Amino acid sequence: MGHFFLNVLRRDLTLAARRRGDWLTALFFFVMVTSLFPLGVGPEPELLKRIGPGVLWVAATLASLLSLSRLFEDDHRDGSLEQMVLSPASTVLLVLGKAMAHWLVYGMPLLLMAPVLGIQFNLPWDAIAVLVFSLLLGTPILSLLGAAGAALTLGLRGGGVLLTLLILPLYTPALIFGAGAVDGVMAGTGAEAHLSLLGAFLLVSFLVAPWIAAASLRVSLE
Amino acid sequence: MTAPLLAPLLSVHDLACERSERLLFKRMNFTLASGQLLLVQGGNGQGKTSLLRLLTGLSRPDTGEVRWRDSQIARCRDTYYQEMAYLGHTNGIKDELNPVENLRFNDGLHSRAFETDQAVATLKRLGLSRCLDLPCRALSFGQRRRVALSALLLANAKLWILDEPLTGLDAHAVALVEGLIRNHLHAGGLVVATTHQALNLEGVSVQHLLVGDVATPEGTSGETH
Repeated sequence: MGHFFLNVLRRDLTLAARRRGDWLTALFFFVMVTSLFPLGVGPEPELLKRIGPGVLWVAATLASLLSLSRLFEDDHRDGSLEQMVLSPASTVLLVLGKAMAHWLVYGMPLLLMAPVLGIQFNLPWDAIAVLVFSLLLGTPILSLLGAAGAALTLGLRGGGVLLTLLILPLYTPALIFGAGAVDGVMAGTGAEAHLSLLGAFLLVSFLVAPWIAAASLRVSLE
Repeated sequence: MTAPLLAPLLSVHDLACERSERLLFKRMNFTLASGQLLLVQGGNGQGKTSLLRLLTGLSRPDTGEVRWRDSQIARCRDTYYQEMAYLGHTNGIKDELNPVENLRFNDGLHSRAFETDQAVATLKRLGLSRCLDLPCRALSFGQRRRVALSALLLANAKLWILDEPLTGLDAHAVALVEGLIRNHLHAGGLVVATTHQALNLEGVSVQHLLVGDVATPEGTSGETH
C-alpha cells in the first residue's frame, strides 16, 4: 500500500521535474498577480497592509486552480490513468499520491514565495509567519478538494471552466480562515481561532475528498 | 471450438451492455480456461471495446456479471488486478519518461519488484535497443506500442486483455506479437483480444466471439466510410 503511494508520488514528481514550465507558470502567476496590486492601488503602506492577506490568499487559490484541470487530464489522455486504476491498490491511495505530488509541486513554492511577497505588502514579521503557517495548512486543502473537482470534471468538454465554478465555492472557507488568521494577528486578536478552524477543515478535506475523487474517477473512466 | 478440459478461470454470465441508450449486446455468455484465446470480432462500433472494458472492470455491467476464479471481479479486485493485464487503445506511456522509467513506474503500480536488467532485456526483445534512453516523446507510434507491449510482458499476468494490439505495428512486430501470444497461451495464460487483422496462431485453441450485429460478415469488418 505504502509502496504504491510512494510510487505514484515519485512518478508525478519525476514528471513535474521534466515539465518545469508547468509549475513555474503557476508560481509566476502567483507572483505577478500579487505584485500587480501594489502597482494598481498605489503605494500606501496602511492600505497595502490592510488588503495584503486577502490578496495573497486569493492569488494562491487561483494559482492552484490553474494547474488543477491537468491533474488527471494528461494521464487520462495517454491511458496511464486507466493503468493506475487497474492496479490492485486502492484508487483512494492513487488520489492521495497525486494530491500530495500536486501540493509539493504547486503548493510548496507558494509557501516559500509568500514571505517575500508579504514584505511587498508591508506586513509585519509576525503576520508573515502566520501567513506562511496558514498557507501551510491551507494549500493542502486546495490540492485535496481540487483533486475531487478534477476527477468529477475529467473528460468533460470545457471541464476547466466547470472545475473553477465547482471548486471555488468549496475553497471559500479556506480563504476566509486563512486570510482571517493573518488579519487577526495584525488586529491583535490572535490567530489561533482561525488557524484551528483551518486545521479542522484540512482534516475534513483529507478524510472526505480522496474518497469522492476515487468514486468520481471510476465514473469518469466508464 | 474445443471443449475446455480445465476449469474455466474467466467466465461471463448473461452480460448486457448499453451505450447511449443503444443496446450493444445482451445475454452474452462465455467461459475461458487456461491456454485459451478468445478472439472478439465485430465491426466498428459494435461494442468490442465496451466488452473489453467490462472485462477489465473499468466499466460496470448493467446486467450480468464477469467472474474470475468464480468470484465477481468487483469483489476480488486484489487478485484479479494482480493476474490481469490490459492493453487498451492508448498505451499508458508517459512521453516525458524513457522506456525503462516507464516500465519501472508501471511495475511499481502493481507492487512488483522491478529488475532493470529484465526490463532492458524485454525492451531489446521487442526491438527497442536503440531507444532505451530516449524520452518516449521521441519514439514513433509503433515504437510506443512496443513499449506498452513490454509493460504487458513484464506484468507477468495470467490474463491478457488486448484491444487492437496490432495497431501501428509493422509486419515484423506483428509476427513478434503472434509469437508472444502463442508463448503466453502455451505457458497456461489466457488471452482476450480484438483485432481487425488476421492472426497466424497455429496450435492454439481459439474461440471466436461475434459482438453486435450478427449480419456483419466475418472478416470484412473494416472501415465502412
